[in-house]
Amino acid sequence: MASESEEPAASGSSEPNEPAIVSHLATRRKFIKQVAGTSAALAIGPHLVGSASLDPVTSTTTPAGTSDLVKVNLKINGESHELDVDPRMTLLDALRERLQLTGSKKGCDHGQCGACTVLVNGRRINSCLTFALMHEGDEIITVEGLASGDELHPMQAAFIEHDGFQCGFCTPGQICSAVALLHEGHANTDDEIREWMSGNLCRCGAYPNILAAIKQAKTKGRA
Amino acid sequence: MNPFTYSRVADANQAVTAVSGKPKSKFLGGGTNLIDLMKMGVEMPNGLIDINRLPFAQIEELPDKSVRIGAMARNSDVAEHELIKTRYPALSQALLSGASPQLRNMATVGGNLMQRTRCYYFYDPAFPACNKRKPGSGCGAIDGYNRIHAILGQSEQCIATHPSDMCVALAAFDAIVRVRGPNGEQQIAFGDFHRLPGNTPERDTNLGPDELIIAVDLPAIPFAVRSHYLKVRDRASYAFALVSVAAALDLGSNNRITAARVALGGVAHKPWRANAAEKKLTGQEANENTFRAAAEAELAPAKSYKYNSFKIELAKRAIVRALSNVAAMG
Repeated sequence: MASESEEPAASGSSEPNEPAIVSHLATRRKFIKQVAGTSAALAIGPHLVGSASLDPVTSTTTPAGTSDLVKVNLKINGESHELDVDPRMTLLDALRERLQLTGSKKGCDHGQCGACTVLVNGRRINSCLTFALMHEGDEIITVEGLASGDELHPMQAAFIEHDGFQCGFCTPGQICSAVALLHEGHANTDDEIREWMSGNLCRCGAYPNILAAIKQAKTKGRA
Repeated sequence: MNPFTYSRVADANQAVTAVSGKPKSKFLGGGTNLIDLMKMGVEMPNGLIDINRLPFAQIEELPDKSVRIGAMARNSDVAEHELIKTRYPALSQALLSGASPQLRNMATVGGNLMQRTRCYYFYDPAFPACNKRKPGSGCGAIDGYNRIHAILGQSEQCIATHPSDMCVALAAFDAIVRVRGPNGEQQIAFGDFHRLPGNTPERDTNLGPDELIIAVDLPAIPFAVRSHYLKVRDRASYAFALVSVAAALDLGSNNRITAARVALGGVAHKPWRANAAEKKLTGQEANENTFRAAAEAELAPAKSYKYNSFKIELAKRAIVRALSNVAAMG
């Protein structure tokens, strides 16, 4: 499966005389997160400053008269996380940027590619097209929550065995989607599997191997 | 994305109160279209009322044998429901031909009725002209790339199409939309729910700004068991319809058509009920000549543009194919 590597960023490979800007940063991921965090803050800063005070509505979860951030309790892979989030934060961004659960990927960010697929109350959804605040109390399972300790979920093992990926970017979404598919009971023929996996795109074109992996997981493993 | 306040409501009255007098507030259901449009900067509500916890997700048979689908029922649950699969197969097929499994798990029935066109010129504010997005700015599609655009019922102001598959089947089955507003509950016939563009393309529906869809009722139509949804698209799966057809036939003795239902998707600003075709079919023998005559009658007023003229013949053939499939159901 496509785990995020935390290896130190390569330094000095092409420009030995360039100042090694990234070398004192621990990892490539941390560096990307810092950059992304900075630009995100710049992007939303002015809006936050200029936004109107909260409008109290009956049964609202927004605390009237406080900041723009709203408290939400997200139950992810069996663990509860209390977060203060901007209402605009998608579930995907909460997972990746706040909880360091970077298995779920941001591909298109418009619900078209399926790389962000997670399971909510047992059903697969696109986490990029839903706000974190909408999931108070829901049971959320991400790709990080599929394995039991060191034992891979049969779908994960099948993807490895059948080489169901090349670059691996779509893989967490493919696997979450495939796990849900077996529960939905629509994996009875090759054509049915293709149709019901059509919400997960793979630009490397690993589809034949993804199909083989799902068929194996269906016959061999728990779903 | 513009900032907004978020609130969650527990019943329909709270929901209606929360939007009353706040034209920039919107209901948030599955979010699959609204959140996408907010990311694009097309929709910019300053308040979102999360209605996901409203108790309107059930699908049930009523005493008069009609079927009520709660507005919060997810598209996937409607498609898989035994009542829908057995009594209104075209509705189940239409739902399953739309979007992806993930999106169908999120999208609600009410939201599906409210989804907006996928016209490129509407969806991307980088295009300056769109009368639907910015009234008075012009139409980028009429002289632009208009391959996916309307051939029936369009105006000089707008040639966008309604994107839904589900709504095409609902149009064929004469569904009733039940809405709750400040003055209580009312019913809107499906044919009156969505609008043609005319001079007000910014208005997709006749739903009031402070009205909430709470259910969709399907009248009892015994012959709807013999119905079919045919969708023609650019990919084998996960694409909007270029043309689609929901069709049902009531066949009497000697293979005579005693009643017909036909609706088209991908061709107009609203799900297009094919009244002219139905009229041509009724009383005739169910055969290819009859179906072709019905298709010709329906598409007679069609008008196409530079890139979508193929849709006229495609729609005719799709009607013939869908009706042939229904007739063959025995």
